[in-house]
Amino acid sequence: MGCAASTEPGFDPARPYELHPDVALRPEPFGALAYHYGNRRLTFLRSPELVQLVTELGDHESVAASMAALGVATERRPALERALASLAKSEVVRPRSDGAVRAG
Amino acid sequence: MPVERLADELARGLDAPICLTWELTYGCNLSCVHCLSSSGLRDPEELTTREAMGLVDELAAMQVFYVNIGGGEPTLRPDFAELVSYAVSRQVGVKFSTNGTTMTRARARRYAAMDYVDIQISLDGASPASNDPVRGEGTYAMAVLAMERLADAGFGPFKVSVVVTRANAGELDQMLALTRRFGAELRVTRLRPSGRGAAVWNELRPTAEQLRDTHLFLTDHAEVLTGDSFFHLGPLGDQPLAGLNLCGAGRVVCLIDPVGDVYACPFVMHPDFKAGSIREPGGFAAVWRDSALLTGLREPVTGGACNACASFGACHGGCMAAKFFTGLPMDGPDPECVLGHGEKALVMAGGSQAPASVGPGHAKPGRPVPVAFGTRRPARAR
Repeated sequence: MGCAASTEPGFDPARPYELHPDVALRPEPFGALAYHYGNRRLTFLRSPELVQLVTELGDHESVAASMAALGVATERRPALERALASLAKSEVVRPRSDGAVRAG
Repeated sequence: MPVERLADELARGLDAPICLTWELTYGCNLSCVHCLSSSGLRDPEELTTREAMGLVDELAAMQVFYVNIGGGEPTLRPDFAELVSYAVSRQVGVKFSTNGTTMTRARARRYAAMDYVDIQISLDGASPASNDPVRGEGTYAMAVLAMERLADAGFGPFKVSVVVTRANAGELDQMLALTRRFGAELRVTRLRPSGRGAAVWNELRPTAEQLRDTHLFLTDHAEVLTGDSFFHLGPLGDQPLAGLNLCGAGRVVCLIDPVGDVYACPFVMHPDFKAGSIREPGGFAAVWRDSALLTGLREPVTGGACNACASFGACHGGCMAAKFFTGLPMDGPDPECVLGHGEKALVMAGGSQAPASVGPGHAKPGRPVPVAFGTRRPARAR
């Protein structure tokens, strides 16, 4: 469809992201449930590692930096990036426009 | 398959339900022939406003993201607006089902102004000819008027909820067109032999051909919502229908009735499936986490008579409630098994004419509490 000027660029781990402010996470044995109060979508986060990553994205300058801070093994990163890309699509996480690191 | 693994995880149950139905009152100004809760009169023991708010607090603490509020006709409760506002203020979103009879323009505008509120209008046919015999005379016109008012108020995409019956199964395309005309979404659910539905199930349930057409319709229209109602039709296709496609009873689903009793799902309001009461010490959380009934439902399912069937993986034996109320064993086929095993089982159980049990009734004499308004008596269906 030629979305060259799309306002929703693809997922880019070099950029800063954050948990969408309309999303609530509920811990579950398999990871967490994410509910988006805006679009009413329920998403399953299916590993505790992914949950921690999503929760802490806002604290770091990029997704890659978040993974490094969490000590994610190199071979695990592609799978987590795919999971995050999917979460970005369903607006569980979103890009931070300013690139600023969350205070506190 | 990741989807398969997710289903396995959900089958073991969640720390709190994700699909919680809360019937707010047994009072109703209609008397639909298939009412799951046999509603009519308010129960004198219904939760007080204070108790209902306490329950909302508990749901908020458990992070139940939203509740499906029904009844009865929930909007007849004098504290309905107050309870909805309270739930939303506690981050418990509300999706409520209504017959539309109380949808004034002012109410439609008020609902449109609220965040986290979704509305489902019940309608069981694309014309009065198919709808009114089920829901009562004049109910088609009233539901459509409610839809108009919601659309005029700019509510956005509300839902129109249809129970698929023999009378309307051929009208799904028309129902879809009707809902789209109002910018609404179509939701279709399965007719269950529960509550008053037990008495009409045999004559109103879709034919085998209609079930095949319904499956095709759902395959063609992935945008139509089903509340996971039709997973028993799974073996009709190569691909599973959208949804989790498992019986969520006690695992991800439960029902709280107007007096605070907790049942495994909205379709089994029967003493055998009562897990406890929110009025007991420990409240709802204790019932959800510890009741022997609910924890039992989180145990692995054995296929029983269905073990030998190659399609067991697609339908998981179907709907517990449909089996129970038709007198079929819990580990056997669904009465509407698309491979025909249910029909055979029904004949063997002798239950095809007289379902085994009916749920508690509130269309009954004794200690009646009149509903607050909407006293127009619906015509008898037949």
